[in-house]
Amino acid sequence: MTTKRDFRFGYALLGGSLGLFATTGIAAAEQITFVSQGGAYQQAQTVAILDPSAKKLGITVNQDSIPDAWPAIKTQVGSGKPIWDVVDTPTGNCLRGGEQGLIEKLDFSKIPNGAAMPEGYRSPYSVSYEFYSSVLSYSQKTFPKEAPNSWADFWDVKKFPGRRALRNHPFATLEAALMADGVAPDKLYPLDVDRAFKKLEEIKPHITVWWTSGAQSAQLLNDDEVDMEMAWNGRVSAVAKEGAKVAFTYNQGVLQSTSLCILKGAPNLETAVKFLNEAVDPVHQANLPLHIDYGPGNPKAFETNVIKPERAAQLPSEPANAAKQALMSYAWWSSPAGEAAEKRWASFMQK
Amino acid sequence: MTISVPDPSQKHQRREHALMLALVSPALLVILALIVLPVGWLGWQSIYHDGFTLENYRRVFTEDIYWRSFALTFEISLVVTGIALLLGYPVAYLANSMPKGWSILILSLVVLPFWTSVLVRAYAWLALLQRTGVINQLLRYLDVTGEPLALVHNTFGTVVATVHILLPFMVLPLYATMQKIPSDLMQAGASLGASPSLTFARVFLPLSLPGVLAGCTMVFVLCLGFYITPELLGGGRTVMVSMLVSRNVELYNQFGAASAVAVVLLVSVLAIFAVASRFISLDRILGQK
Repeated sequence: MTTKRDFRFGYALLGGSLGLFATTGIAAAEQITFVSQGGAYQQAQTVAILDPSAKKLGITVNQDSIPDAWPAIKTQVGSGKPIWDVVDTPTGNCLRGGEQGLIEKLDFSKIPNGAAMPEGYRSPYSVSYEFYSSVLSYSQKTFPKEAPNSWADFWDVKKFPGRRALRNHPFATLEAALMADGVAPDKLYPLDVDRAFKKLEEIKPHITVWWTSGAQSAQLLNDDEVDMEMAWNGRVSAVAKEGAKVAFTYNQGVLQSTSLCILKGAPNLETAVKFLNEAVDPVHQANLPLHIDYGPGNPKAFETNVIKPERAAQLPSEPANAAKQALMSYAWWSSPAGEAAEKRWASFMQK
Repeated sequence: MTISVPDPSQKHQRREHALMLALVSPALLVILALIVLPVGWLGWQSIYHDGFTLENYRRVFTEDIYWRSFALTFEISLVVTGIALLLGYPVAYLANSMPKGWSILILSLVVLPFWTSVLVRAYAWLALLQRTGVINQLLRYLDVTGEPLALVHNTFGTVVATVHILLPFMVLPLYATMQKIPSDLMQAGASLGASPSLTFARVFLPLSLPGVLAGCTMVFVLCLGFYITPELLGGGRTVMVSMLVSRNVELYNQFGAASAVAVVLLVSVLAIFAVASRFISLDRILGQK
């Protein structure tokens, strides 16, 4: 008898907790769920963009985080009942998501801040949110005087001997290979994929590590495991701030961005559009680089006087820095040719 | 007409059965919800995408990167199993032949790393094996090597860390089997004039073989699915099947491509268990008896 009662008690507990979930779900009137990649990056956004936007619009911004949003976008929209509204994800995900009907088409008449941005900074499905760059970084211990300054230098194992690392991903790596082979940063697209892989074969025996996560690339530099590598600018400067003797150059960096986009059938579509507009407001955007080493997605942020000139000079999307770099074409990477190149990467790595 | 008097013991037994069923039902539901349903869904996804398709399996069986990954995975698993057996057997033997206190100490040392996360242990190996790591520093200090050795970011580093992580799965079944070998058999061998090494080779070793098989199956199968160690210590070149699964999710715009790889791996594991269970009961492999 007692067991039976205990069971009932258990079910009551279970039911109660389910009920609790249900009620918290409808507590606030206007709210959205915003998703980014977590860590220091999401914390910086919370201070610079998310909290101020929520306050200004009088809404609640619930946060979630995931390292790679793409599979989740697919499953959520595929299930017909997405739980997320706005996602901060590499721009390519927004584009292919748009093409596959997973992402809402944006009505820019309701997004004045986005409409005011240059065309290269938005797509029918997305608005640039922040910029980072895949740069050539190196150890100042190994190269105290003359340091590698271009991808041609990175490929030159005689002039710059040392251990090297590249990202285990074709994004930016194929671009770097082509620049090493003499292609100008503004003449990269459409990528000559055969030429890029041929050039990569050349450097492959000299690559000690093909890194897979940003944290790993930072560890490689910090521990002197490699003498030079391609890494994201924010990771290199973080390691340098902690005292490691490392540096990087924006010369021939590959400028990449994440964008904001809205899931198809998002539960709070209207509020999501309002939030998206607010999140790319030049002033909020200008606040982001005060908390983390990433550049604002909205170039108008550089006109707000919030970012001091010496700080601006450190940022990847600052106009003078941007001019030295290649701007990644997400449209090319999400085209059939780009997808084929991505698949070819796997067989290149395993040969 | 006789009124059947219910046998109180039978009634009691029925109630006990019902109670047991009620008690295991949450666990069964969890297994159903967390294992059976997802695995079924996985299998379904691998053959159904806008209609029935074998495209995902065609890719797995025809493109050579899959073949290479499966070959490498089985190769690494074999090597890891072999090393774990060579290292684990003497440890289990020692734990079995020592007095109680010592054997408890030895077994705790084997099991202790279990409480440390796999991720932490992988990083610990990185700290030991990398260019500026403890081992290379020591070798340099002792003037053994000029250039630091490439001990990690390759298959070597992956194998070392994987052996470390899987060693308990070899030692414990071996120890359990050895415990059940009556020690008077050795004494009998000695009394018949056999040398200790002959008794070991002719009596102890054959009797411990079920433990060897159990340990090897366990280590081999677990190694087939390893993900974190090759990912962190393999330098990007050591692409094991589990990594192929995650890469396929990113690469192809549907889960089917990854599901097919997972299904092939799962079927291989089940096949290995099936073969092993012809020689030894499954309970034993899983450490039940």
